[in-house]
Amino acid sequence: MNQTTAATTPVNAKVSINPVATPSILKRCLSVFAAGPVKPGESYGAPGQGKSLAISLFTTALLIGLWYIATYFQWVKPLFLPSPGAVVMRFWEVATEGFANATLLEHTGWSMMRVFSAFLLALVTAVPIGIFMGVNRIARGIFDPIIEFYRPLPPLAYLPLVIIWLGIGEVSKIVLIYLAIFAPMALSARAGVKSVAMEQIHAAYSMGASRWQVIRQIILINALPEILTGMRIGIGFGWTTLVAAEMVAAQAGLGFMVLNAAEFLVTDIVIMGIIVIGIIAYLFDMLMRYLEKKLVPWKGR
Amino acid sequence: MSRLQIRDVSVLYPGVNGGEAVTALSGINFNIEPGEFVVALGASGCGKTTLLNLMAGFIQPSEGYLTLGESSIAGLPRVACGLDLKDQISGPGKDRGVVFQKHALLPWLNVLENAAFGLKLQGVGESERKARAAEYLKLVGLEDFHNHPVYQLSGGMQQRVGIARALTNDPQMLLLDEPLGALDALTREVLQELLLDVWLETKKMMFFITHSVEEALFMASRLIIMSPRPGRITHEFPLEFNKIFLENRDARKVKSMPEFIAMREKVLGIIHGDEAAGGGLH
Repeated sequence: MNQTTAATTPVNAKVSINPVATPSILKRCLSVFAAGPVKPGESYGAPGQGKSLAISLFTTALLIGLWYIATYFQWVKPLFLPSPGAVVMRFWEVATEGFANATLLEHTGWSMMRVFSAFLLALVTAVPIGIFMGVNRIARGIFDPIIEFYRPLPPLAYLPLVIIWLGIGEVSKIVLIYLAIFAPMALSARAGVKSVAMEQIHAAYSMGASRWQVIRQIILINALPEILTGMRIGIGFGWTTLVAAEMVAAQAGLGFMVLNAAEFLVTDIVIMGIIVIGIIAYLFDMLMRYLEKKLVPWKGR
Repeated sequence: MSRLQIRDVSVLYPGVNGGEAVTALSGINFNIEPGEFVVALGASGCGKTTLLNLMAGFIQPSEGYLTLGESSIAGLPRVACGLDLKDQISGPGKDRGVVFQKHALLPWLNVLENAAFGLKLQGVGESERKARAAEYLKLVGLEDFHNHPVYQLSGGMQQRVGIARALTNDPQMLLLDEPLGALDALTREVLQELLLDVWLETKKMMFFITHSVEEALFMASRLIIMSPRPGRITHEFPLEFNKIFLENRDARKVKSMPEFIAMREKVLGIIHGDEAAGGGLH
């Protein structure tokens, strides 16, 4: 008799609670007993499923909040961590009056010019070379050791050499960024070429395609998703290398601005510069993702 | 119409890690006559796909040669040794359409563009190639799906596109490499009937590979059974179940005929005998 009572208790408890008024945590606990839609893979699928946007927004808000509180109560000296307000003020000040003989727009313009020149240069050289490496064993034999050797080197390691060879002008800065972008873009293009299904190539040949038609109309288009991924990774490397490139003899640029501000311990400009670089890189990545969706909707299908 | 001839063909694949070469096919001699529906059946590793790749011109034989009508597909007869006839070998060509098990459609093109792709390669103008592709899409029942992206289609519909695409070039023969192998059982039966209708309609030579004994018996006007190590043709049976179906249009009835069942048991016995002899080891 006791057993029956024990068994029915949770059912009664569930009925007695008004689901609308229940706080969501409690509701979720109770939903174990309730009839409702279930998702396949929710309980025994791959771990980590579900949306994470709300959590990301919360994390961002929390970090900014902590930053604000830490500076408001002066837990950290402003020299080490200026307040968000001070950084925003600096942003406005540099945007209107400038810092180190250039406004924020000019700094941003110079940096974007360097990164995007290097990016375009890599686009017109790395992608064809990567494709060539994929379809031709001689090209692969020539370029493979070069790329594989210098790819893992940090750009700072070969920066001195680039400066010795090319001087301290714009060319050496663009070349340094270009080298950082080149390797991932070339390797992605090569991998894209290799990813083509043999069935597609055979099908094209049996429909009367020439070798050139197979390369142009099957292999190249097949490589497009990976080429676009390579462009995304490449431009990321470009922004990573920017500060290194602007270390020597730059007159303007976001990396230069950050380094210069650091020398004078103007920490709010350092943080502002980092945030600006981060936002530009993020916006460009969003643009690339949008292009990916538009250009290669079949990706991964 | 011209026949496909295979003469004294053998294929050796290089051994793994420099080991002994593996004989994939040995002493293959047979013809496919105009209008024939030939089905190849056998345990895995018996060289069915190698044989199809030879016919398609994707690979060259180690010995022997294949011809379609007057033209040489792959390999050369012994008497040609020493003569420089390499450029007479056509390799793959639009006179032989190939249908693969999967992964062969072009996902950046829609259904109509996929079906018209072969004509585009040959420089046929857009309106003409689309009109001709539409004709064959109608034949496979896809007239209402011209603008669909192929990656959104079901497996069965993708195979219909593959069949239409191979037909659009108006080849002399179709080579089908387990085209229904990845489909569910119901879709598979629908497409078996579709392929027989296509055969009846177009009168093309067919070479069809399958693992399914029932499918082989239902589709074939001639069944060849292959055996592994070395890959060779061990049995040949002329069959008429496909003709019976095309008359009575009742696949279930054909597949439950006592003759069909008896034949199925006989063929299963042959294949299982091969497996017991080592064919099913891997």
